[in-house]
Amino acid sequence: MKVIVNFGTIRELIELAEQQGASLHELIIQREMHDSQQERNEILSRMEVNWQVMKASIERGVANTEKSLSGLTGGDAKKIFAYRRQGYMGERVLAAAAYAVGISEVNAVMGRIVACPTAGSCGIVPAALYAAQQERGLADEVIVKALFTAAGIGMVVDQNASIAGAEGGCQAECGTAAGMAAGALVELAGGTPQQVGNAVALAIKNLLGLVCDPVAGLVEVPCVKRNGFAAVVAMLAADMTLSGVDSVIPVDEVIEAMNRIGKALPKSLRETSEGGLAVTKTAQLIEKKLYGSGI
Amino acid sequence: MHGVFDIVGPVMIGPSSSHTAGAVRLGLMARKILGEVPAKAEINLHGSFARTYRGHGTDKALIAGILGFNPEDERIRDALAIAGEKGLDFCFQTVNLEEAHPNTAVIFLTGQSGRSVRVLGASVGGGNIIISNIDGYQVELTGQYPALITIHRDCPGVITEVTRILAHAAVNVAFMRVSRQNRGETAMMIMELDEQPAPEVIAECQMAEAVQYAFAIPAI
Repeated sequence: MKVIVNFGTIRELIELAEQQGASLHELIIQREMHDSQQERNEILSRMEVNWQVMKASIERGVANTEKSLSGLTGGDAKKIFAYRRQGYMGERVLAAAAYAVGISEVNAVMGRIVACPTAGSCGIVPAALYAAQQERGLADEVIVKALFTAAGIGMVVDQNASIAGAEGGCQAECGTAAGMAAGALVELAGGTPQQVGNAVALAIKNLLGLVCDPVAGLVEVPCVKRNGFAAVVAMLAADMTLSGVDSVIPVDEVIEAMNRIGKALPKSLRETSEGGLAVTKTAQLIEKKLYGSGI
Repeated sequence: MHGVFDIVGPVMIGPSSSHTAGAVRLGLMARKILGEVPAKAEINLHGSFARTYRGHGTDKALIAGILGFNPEDERIRDALAIAGEKGLDFCFQTVNLEEAHPNTAVIFLTGQSGRSVRVLGASVGGGNIIISNIDGYQVELTGQYPALITIHRDCPGVITEVTRILAHAAVNVAFMRVSRQNRGETAMMIMELDEQPAPEVIAECQMAEAVQYAFAIPAI
């Protein structure tokens, strides 16, 4: 039976799941089938393609030694990955950080990635999910379903706030990606729809206010390493939730707050490279070196 | 609300959906509008495109599109060299177009037959583009839908005749825009359609009274 799945908030999505006894990913697949008028198999295989591209970008990323066009990034994921058994954070978390940085490095060298939700934040969701897959031995088809949950979360943020750095700052890109990843991780661990929403709230809350101030206007500094940090925030938000920790502020209110904060951010901190890190002494030297006196 | 694959997707070549993936689509759109293999490309870059094009590979991305590559083609990074091999002459200039969108490119293409076209478009975020001017005509073209473009004499009945042909072929018009430079002279009509019209439908539009040129461009 085909049901029309309609939701405008995470709350509504959770309520639908509870009423119908359905999983979140199932509801989101149903909605996509209705909106795109495509068959379930087509939609699943399209997401499967995305997952395969994501995995390929991880493999390439953790081995990458190539520098980006600007020379600002490249080779860090490999270092983190090599170090992963020696650190404070433990092997799995450091591996996840390496995956996220690696995917972002692939992006910076004009390699193939999946925007998730954007190119600048493309490392976070795949890194967290790949780390979970490795840790728990999950099948690709399970991860593909979790990607629908991640997508559904992103759709709500996109609708009620923004996923563009130029509109909402980096919280809109890396913050949203961390929320998507956290929610997907909780679902993968067998958490309830309520818990998925809670993890999204925790992850986004802790990246609220993050500005978009890239050095020389490029998707590299601080973006590449930030993907690693945000992947870890997502994993912590999922684990806190699964341990029973609740977000005091409900998820949709957190998204509303993100929207308000984004609107309050000055233009100089929304992808224009006219403020923040982008106007530091070092950033300006870098910019001068790259572009000369500019135009 | 956007769909699942607007959030998890698209598969693309980095580093930037607006400065790289969108730029490929601008180039590709210009190629489709030219309608033949380009021999020469002169590209003017404005705003953020002008400032950051080297770091974002926007130049490679535009040329890749002009070569007919799509935004997920791994050859994009080598597009400038491939253009050399394929005999595509190209040059880039930075310009100031004042109020234009910060990610604007003006692409002058000349085809192997000598036909040329001037396309102005912007990459407006997330890989989405808007072509806003073709050869001096104000247009609005996103590449999300197949489009039918006619160049015709500005006189009564052309719109009716072309839409009748489309209706007869059961092709639905999603968006349309008509533009002219001077009354009674040449006009351009752009219709974004829900499906790609069959070649015979385009041929029939081409034959319509007062239509000088009709062609379709696929969704990209």
